[in-house]
Amino acid sequence: MNAPPDTLVIGGGLHGLSAALNLARAGRHVTLVERSWLGRHASGATAAGVRTLNRDPAEIPISLESMEMWRRIERIVGGDCGFHADGQLNVAERQGDVAKLERRLAAMRRAGYTHEELIGRDELLRLVPALSPHCAAALVARNDGAADPHKTLTAFRRAAEAAGVAILEGTSVRAVERKGENWVVRTSARDIAVPVIVNAAGAWAGRVAAMVGDDIPLGVKASMMIVTERIAPLLKPVVSVVGRPLSFKQSGQGTLVIGGGLQGSADIDTQRSTVNFRELAKGARAAHDLFPAIGPVRIVRTWAGIEAKTDDLLPVIGASPNAPGVFHAFGYSGHGFQLVPVVGAIVADLVVRGGTNRNIAGLAPERLMNRQEAA
Amino acid sequence: MFRKLPDSTMKAVTLSIDGVRVECAQGETVAAVLLRQQECWARLSTVSQAPRAPYCMMGVCFDCLAIVDGVASVQTCLTAVRDGMIIERQRGRPEAA
Amino acid sequence: MSRNVDLLIIGAGPAGMSAAVTARRHGLDVLVVDEQPAPGGQIWRNVETMAATARGRLLGAAYAEGAGAVTRFRASGAAYEPGTQVWQVEPGPRAYMTRQGATSLVEARCLLLATGAQERPVPFEGWTLPGVLTVGAAQILLKSSGQIPDVPVWIAGNGPLPLLYATQLLKVGGRIAGFLDTTPPDRRRAASRMFPGAVLGAPGDIAKGLVWMATLRRAGVKIVRGVTDIEAIGGQAIERIRYRIASGDDVTVPAQTLLVHEGIVPTIHPTLALGCAHRWDAAQICFAPQLDEWGETSQQDIFVAGDGAGIGGATAAGLRGEIVAIRIAARLGRLSEGQAAASARPARGKLRRALISRPFLDALCGPRHAVLVPNDRTLACRCEEVTVSEIRAQVAYGRPGPNQVKAFTRAGMGPCQGRQCAYTVASILAEAEGRAVPDLGLYRARPPFKPLTIGELAALDETSEAA
Repeated sequence: MNAPPDTLVIGGGLHGLSAALNLARAGRHVTLVERSWLGRHASGATAAGVRTLNRDPAEIPISLESMEMWRRIERIVGGDCGFHADGQLNVAERQGDVAKLERRLAAMRRAGYTHEELIGRDELLRLVPALSPHCAAALVARNDGAADPHKTLTAFRRAAEAAGVAILEGTSVRAVERKGENWVVRTSARDIAVPVIVNAAGAWAGRVAAMVGDDIPLGVKASMMIVTERIAPLLKPVVSVVGRPLSFKQSGQGTLVIGGGLQGSADIDTQRSTVNFRELAKGARAAHDLFPAIGPVRIVRTWAGIEAKTDDLLPVIGASPNAPGVFHAFGYSGHGFQLVPVVGAIVADLVVRGGTNRNIAGLAPERLMNRQEAA
Repeated sequence: MFRKLPDSTMKAVTLSIDGVRVECAQGETVAAVLLRQQECWARLSTVSQAPRAPYCMMGVCFDCLAIVDGVASVQTCLTAVRDGMIIERQRGRPEAA
Repeated sequence: MSRNVDLLIIGAGPAGMSAAVTARRHGLDVLVVDEQPAPGGQIWRNVETMAATARGRLLGAAYAEGAGAVTRFRASGAAYEPGTQVWQVEPGPRAYMTRQGATSLVEARCLLLATGAQERPVPFEGWTLPGVLTVGAAQILLKSSGQIPDVPVWIAGNGPLPLLYATQLLKVGGRIAGFLDTTPPDRRRAASRMFPGAVLGAPGDIAKGLVWMATLRRAGVKIVRGVTDIEAIGGQAIERIRYRIASGDDVTVPAQTLLVHEGIVPTIHPTLALGCAHRWDAAQICFAPQLDEWGETSQQDIFVAGDGAGIGGATAAGLRGEIVAIRIAARLGRLSEGQAAASARPARGKLRRALISRPFLDALCGPRHAVLVPNDRTLACRCEEVTVSEIRAQVAYGRPGPNQVKAFTRAGMGPCQGRQCAYTVASILAEAEGRAVPDLGLYRARPPFKPLTIGELAALDETSEAA
């Protein structure tokens, strides 16, 4: 608080908070600016799955490390994140889909990974008795799970503040200018001059990147979610299905949280998103087919969260090739929640040590910028 | 807690509440019938398991939720009685199915 | 199933019925959907069956008027689907609804929201105990079920409804343990200045109020004025109430039934969900949709009439319904602009007269402070059981608004979707942060705004595939 900031984190989602927390613990003087309030968009709208299952090979190394961090998350952030490791399952309804799971498993084994496992119907129904018996098999990551997004936000916020991060909510970034060794960030509150900027601005990160001269094409997702009334315990693991838009879990409060990437619409200028019920009905149908007992369960609310989407659906994590002192961490394309602890540590590595031993080779900003130049 | 004024114009309907036979009149709501019972509560709340009874009678408080013919979380203030209807008080979080 | 109509009206109360009659007169294809099993809205609940009975006559002339309105509506030729829950409305306009388990979509050239009002939430310690109900609830029980409290009842609150219900209750043989008038003394003083105007402008309205008061006195009902804090005490149900009288002393009495009422507020879930602009009504201490002189919202072809447009009572609601329907008939080419203006003139005149006593009522009947900002131990959110102190604790983190507090405390996340806590949470935050409720706003309205089931939503998918 006393020393002027030497690092500015733009974006008060979980990734911004995690970066700020790790940077402050590494000795940086960190200010975080958030246009509205912490967790306003993707971090507050997430289903909060903590999943290594079915990750892209480029993400697996850091995802596995992040999983280790989730296991001791309460010690890392000093608060409850509502994390439970009851497993994640990707269910195959038909034999044809089982073959897909087998191919995936074989590829994982060849790469030396053992966190995914194929189980047959008996074991599947033992793990999830509420599942329709027509399901044939599943890929399971038994140590995966889910957390509570708002408990996680609160825990990260408190940890970051305890580590000395100054959090400015209701503060938007209007322009960024280079002045000598510093970046001058013009915000709605005041100008902030810092040598280091972390861009964790989610769906709006492409605009922040453009302010420092990085042209990284960024799309937007408006993934829809259904939340029901609280019901008696139905299942513990998180369930997804091969070939269907469904991710299904029960929260700690007993509500069913049903997502799966069905898209509503979003306008990133007005920050408004809209649910498309005709589309959402497909998710309800998938959920009903897999869990026939939930037909009469009442939906309490639905929404569409706004989040960034890259061309290859992988995040952008790394130093800007053009702008010295600018580091990007965005573009999680709907699967960033699990990566929160590790990416914060990676950003701290990059800023403080100028590099990281963690494998982020496939996530560099240049890949998207190059692709655009080639096009 | 409530009593019905003497009235003979309405047709009688019989339903059961937690297994107890109850006489009521066609055209009234399940919530109205619940409020005439010795135990007038409809549900136990989902957080603290506290008893809740019909409160607003117009569909905006959701405290009159009960299980009607096997379907949970029915707004009984918006549900008309039918002969043979089976009402169960809803004890906290309902079971799916 | 998808259907097309000229005009979809949601709500079959005074405004919806009157709009339907007017729109039909101009030849529009009209569909009226309503949550209740019979037309009339809350004010004329069950009026078709009840009005002609001896008990119906005891309910008074204003109730009896409903019978004529319902008859005209029934004869209008508008399609009418009772027992329908509309759970989403979208620009277009289009509305999704469920009736008897079947989900359908209606595309309309114009949409009229005649969804009325709800009683203002009255949170206090013990307000969730069985035996505590709203006065409106008790009146609905009388109208639709012919039932009254079986023990002497306590009535607490202000405004016309508690007085009206109390007199109705006495007429049908009910007993009143006490009438706790919560009108704050400063409101009484402010209103008294408007009293002469109200008497001259609307002598009937004022006379009614005086007659009700006299009826209570004549019946020997204990009336306590200037009551502030109220608490319901009990284990499995209410056993006692405690209330604070003007002297500052607390009084505790046994009670088995307590009815409360602190006025009504417009139903704004649908217009919030549609993204319509809203205004803060400082006199009525509530939000209402921003409307033009024809009742059109900031969204083209979406209209509001009745108490949902701002509290005005049944007569005003009917007139507003008529005016909106004239505009819609013009929009759809059945009338010229000039014809519409001329045609609406008589209704506008009557509307002005119907609203003449409103400033007096608004001045007199506002909620006292504790209704908006209850004490720390009170449950602000009945569904998720979140206390006022838990809401207040959030103020330590920045200057949160209602949506933030909802996300972090779960207040407003239960089945009622904030209908019982939105104003409370906004008022608590406004006071704690030194801001104003209109600046903070309310919770965002998340669809569906009625409790659709997973199965019903899933059926919508099968419907689309079949189509």
